Amino acid sequence: MQHTLPPRLTLRGISKQYPGCLANDDIHLDIAAAEIHALLGENGAGKSTLMKVIYGLVKPDQGEILWDGLPIEVKDPAHARQLGIGMVFQHFSLFETLTVTENIALALGNEAGELNALAEKIRAVSEKYGMAINPDREIHTLSVGERQRVEIVRCLVQDIQLLILDEPTSVLTPQEVDTLFITLRQLANEGCSILFISHKLNEVKALCHKATVLRAGQVSGECIPADEDTTSMARLMVGDDTPISTTYPKRQGSTPLLKIIDLNRASPDPFGVDLKHINLTVNAGEIVGIAGVAGNGQEELLASLSGELPCQDERTITFAQTPMGTQPPDQRRQWGLAFVPEERLGRGAVPEMSLTENALLTGFLTGMVSKGMVAWQKAETFADNIIAQYKVKTAGRQAQADSLSGGNLQKFIIGREIMQNPRILIAAHPTWGVDIGAATAIHKALIQLRDQGAAILVVSEDIDELFLISDRIGAICDGALSPIKPTPESSIEQLGRMMAGDFSPSNSNERVNS
Amino acid sequence: MDIDLITNILYAMIRTGTPLLIVALGELVCEKSGVLNLGQEGMMLMGAVIGFIVALTTGSLLLGFLLAMLAGVLMSLIFGLITMELSANQVASGLALTIFGTGLSAFIGSDFVGKPITGLDPVFIAGLTDLPIVGRMLFGQDLVVYLSFLLFGAVYWFINTSRPGLILKAVGENPHAANAIGLPVMKTRYLAIIFGGAMAGLAGGYLSLAYTPLWAENMSAGRGWIALALVVFASWKVGRVLLGAWLFGLASILHLVFQGLGFAVSPNLLAILPYLATVVVLVILSSNQTRSRLVAPMSLGKPFYAKG
Repeated sequence: MQHTLPPRLTLRGISKQYPGCLANDDIHLDIAAAEIHALLGENGAGKSTLMKVIYGLVKPDQGEILWDGLPIEVKDPAHARQLGIGMVFQHFSLFETLTVTENIALALGNEAGELNALAEKIRAVSEKYGMAINPDREIHTLSVGERQRVEIVRCLVQDIQLLILDEPTSVLTPQEVDTLFITLRQLANEGCSILFISHKLNEVKALCHKATVLRAGQVSGECIPADEDTTSMARLMVGDDTPISTTYPKRQGSTPLLKIIDLNRASPDPFGVDLKHINLTVNAGEIVGIAGVAGNGQEELLASLSGELPCQDERTITFAQTPMGTQPPDQRRQWGLAFVPEERLGRGAVPEMSLTENALLTGFLTGMVSKGMVAWQKAETFADNIIAQYKVKTAGRQAQADSLSGGNLQKFIIGREIMQNPRILIAAHPTWGVDIGAATAIHKALIQLRDQGAAILVVSEDIDELFLISDRIGAICDGALSPIKPTPESSIEQLGRMMAGDFSPSNSNERVNS
Repeated sequence: MDIDLITNILYAMIRTGTPLLIVALGELVCEKSGVLNLGQEGMMLMGAVIGFIVALTTGSLLLGFLLAMLAGVLMSLIFGLITMELSANQVASGLALTIFGTGLSAFIGSDFVGKPITGLDPVFIAGLTDLPIVGRMLFGQDLVVYLSFLLFGAVYWFINTSRPGLILKAVGENPHAANAIGLPVMKTRYLAIIFGGAMAGLAGGYLSLAYTPLWAENMSAGRGWIALALVVFASWKVGRVLLGAWLFGLASILHLVFQGLGFAVSPNLLAILPYLATVVVLVILSSNQTRSRLVAPMSLGKPFYAKG
C-alpha cells in the first residue's frame, strides 16, 4: 500500500526572514521515501537556508515540518540526526588534526561507543558503498574527495532516512562525480531519501527523480528532471529576462606575454601543496583556463604569479621577456598585471574599508595618487564607474566591502581589475557565487579584455565555465600542471582525467612548448 | 654532590614546580577549547590573597583553598563574559584581567601583608617517604602536591581518552564545524575557562598557604606568565606540561645546586633561566610552521559567533 504512505519529509509554508532579505518565502516541498530530490537554485536563492531549517540549524519564522506525516520541530542538529537526517556540508565540518574515527565519533554523540568498534563499522560501511577510507588517518592528510567520503560515511554509520548533500559535486572531478552518483543511487534503492542541492542542471538531470526550483526565496517551479531539458530548468532558476548562455569565438594568441619556466616550490604551509616543474605560457589575446579540484596547488601557483610568494630565480616568471620572478606584487602591478584572488574578503578587498578605498588599493597606479597625496575625487569616480558598469548592488561607494554579498563584491573586484586595462590578468574563480546574469557580464568583460590583446589566466573549479571562455585549457593536480591544449581539441572527460592527475600521452598528443 | 643535596634539590624542584603545573594544566584545558586567557597571573594573585585572608580569619586551610579556587573561578567568569558574550578580543581581555587582578589583590590584601600563618604541612607516607632520593621528592610533600599528581592524571586521561575531551579538542580546532554537528561550543568553552580559573586560584592559594605561608603584593612573581609559556613549551601535550613544570621548577632553584657544588653564581642571573628557556623554545617551535600549525589548537584566540 505504498501510495497511502505519507512523504518522508514535508515542508509547508516555510518562511525565514533575515535582516534585509527574505531568504525563504512560503516554501512547500515533499520528499518521498527512496526518492532523490533536487533542490535547484542560484546562489542566494535560499537553498542553504532551507536545508539548515531541515537540519535544525536555523529556526523558521513560519511554517511546518512533517516527518513521516507527523508535525515535528527539529530542535538542533543532534535532534535531526536522531530522526535519521544526515547532512553533508559544502564546507566540510571536519576537524583537521583528528582521525576519521574521532571525527565520526564526535558527530554520533553517545551512540559512538568504543572507538575500535566504530572504526570497524566505518570500514564496513565504506566498503559496502564503495567509498574506501582508512579510519585511522588524520583528516589533514586526506584529499578533498576523501574528506567528502568521510562526511557521507559519517551519515551512513547511523540509521539514515534522509541524506542532504549541499553542492556535493563542486569539489569533485567528473569521474569522482560518477562514483558518488553510483553510491547515491544504491542508497536510494535501499529506501533512503536524498535531498540533492545543486545548481548544475546536467547532474540533476542525470541523478534526480524530482526537482524543486527556488528563485529569490520562493519556489519557482517543480519538475521531473528526466522530462525536461536543461534550458527549461535554467529558465525556472533564473527567470525570463536573463540571458542564459552564449558562446564566444575562440582565439589564438599572438606573442607570449606571461611565461613560467620550471617553477618548483615547497609550500610554506603544512596543509599546502608543493609545485612541481610548472611550465606555462599565456599569449597576448588569449584566455588560458586551468581546471582542478581545490587544494591541488592553485593557491601556491596564484601566489607565485601575484608576487606574494616571490621565486628564487627572477627568470622563473617573465612578463614579455622582463624577468619578474623576484619582484614584489606592486612592481608586477606597475608593469601591468592585475590579479583577482580567490579569497574576496581579506585579499581581494579589505572588509572594513569602503568601496572607494578598496578601489584605490589596486587602482592607485592609474593616477589616483600623486606626490604621495590621494586624489579622492578620482578614486570616487573610479569606484562609481565600477559600480555602474558592473551593476554592483550596494548602498554606494561609501559602503564597507563586507556589507556586500559575495557575488556583488566579486563583481566589484573583477571590475576594479579589468577597468585598469591590464596587460596580464590572473583571475581565480572569477564567477564563484555570482548569479548567472552577472556571470555572463563578467565573461563578456573577460572576452573583451582578451580581444584588446591582454593575456588572461583563469583558474577555476567550474569546468563548464572554463570550456566556455578559455581558448586553451589544462588542469592542475597535486602541484603539477597538465599539458595545455586548445579548448576545441579537449573534452570534459579528458580534462577530468587530467584533474585526477592522469597526464598520460594517450590523453594528449602534444606537449606544451615553453 | 652528596645524596642529601640531591634529595633536597629534587624535593624543592617538585615543590617549586607544583604551582606552575597546576596553572599550566588549567591553561592547557582552556587553550584546547580555543580560548587564550592571559589573565593567569591576575587570577593567581586573587586566589592567593583570598585564600590567605580566609585561612587567617577562619583558621581553616581547607576553606582557604576552596575560596581561593572560587576567587579564580569568579575572575575567569569575568573574562568569559567579556570574551564570549561580548566577543571582545581575548588577548586584550586577558591582559586586562591580569592588571585588574594584580591591583585588586594588592588593595584587598594591604592590611594582611606580613601577617603570619601556619602553612600546609607535609604528609609523610609510611615506608615510601624514606626511600632513597625519590622518597622525599614524591612522598614527602604536602597534600596539594599530591593533588597536583592526581590532577595531572585526570587531565591526561580527560584529554587523551575521554569523549568530553574529544569534544574539547574539536571545539578548539574548528568551532564552526563543531556547532554544525551539534556540539555545545559555548558551554565547552565556558567550562574550560572556569576550569582554568579554578586551577589558577588553587595555584595562588598554594603560594600563600603552603609554598611561602604569607601574603605579599604581587607574590606570584610572574608564575602565571611562565605557565602560559609552559603550555607552548609543552606544545599543548599534557605529559610535557608535567615535565616542563618540574624542569622550570628546577631551573628556578638552580642557585641551590650551584651553591652545593661550590660555584658562586648570582641567583639573579640563574633566575632568568626559566624565561630564557621559554624564549628559546618559542623560537624553536615557531621556526617550523608545520609543527606549530599541527600542535596548536587551530581556533586559539579566535572568537566564535554562532550564525543563523
